[in-house]
Amino acid sequence: MNLSPLHLCLLFSSALFCVGLIGALSRGNSILVLLGVELMLNAGNINLIAFWRFGPAPAEGTGVLFVLFAIAIAAAEAAVGLALVIAVHRHQRNIRLQEANHLRG
Amino acid sequence: MSLAFLLIAFLTVATAAVAMALRNLVRSALLLGASWAGVAAFYLWAGAEFLAFAQVLVYVGAISMVVLFAVLLTRPSRDEGAVSPASAGRLLPALIAGGSVLGVLVGAIVGSPLRTAAKPPLAFTVRELGLQLMGPHAASLVVVGALLTVALLGAVVIAAPGRPGDREDPR
Repeated sequence: MNLSPLHLCLLFSSALFCVGLIGALSRGNSILVLLGVELMLNAGNINLIAFWRFGPAPAEGTGVLFVLFAIAIAAAEAAVGLALVIAVHRHQRNIRLQEANHLRG
Repeated sequence: MSLAFLLIAFLTVATAAVAMALRNLVRSALLLGASWAGVAAFYLWAGAEFLAFAQVLVYVGAISMVVLFAVLLTRPSRDEGAVSPASAGRLLPALIAGGSVLGVLVGAIVGSPLRTAAKPPLAFTVRELGLQLMGPHAASLVVVGALLTVALLGAVVIAAPGRPGDREDPR
């Protein structure tokens, strides 16, 4: 079996994605769930860069531009998510997901 | 395949896995910062220098600091940041789901004949990136700027305490 660098990069991003997925599904703490989602976003960015670098038709900078915009969106998502965590904590005094089951404080 | 890539990949995945398994949230956040730095090292290795710097600035610098602040603000006062470990009722289905997703992905990747470029692409300099951003992609740049502004304003509104009349519940 002969694995090209593109294969290895994709395997790397798959491993990172699954670590994030298992973390997001198994932990009850909402901050850790958010961090798992961030790990999955990073794995997607690694995929884009791998195809940009090793792909058959390396267009000029498409992958870099995609990842740049994805990082900006991820930053906005992290800010809003952590603000939601703080708001839930102010109303309920804990941030466990099982107990955050109503929206009005 | 270069040894550097394998080292970067191993360190990134290992720090992420340990961070997801730890009980202490502060240590988890710091280890995830190390994992994001590993992703930045991957970008450097792949030849996307600007992205590596953006990753360090945004993830290692900003997001991990925001996460640390959130951890410290929401920490229960008695136990020092330790959260309960994942219960077996949640851990087992999560492991099954993640393992099966990993199996499907690895099988699909190994089994597919991916064509790779014969020669490495030309270096994509920051100058060309700036020209692309300001030329064909100027509209999406403006949209992302507007999105960031709206999202950060919304985050402030959500996280700020309400009016003095409707303060929070008593402990």
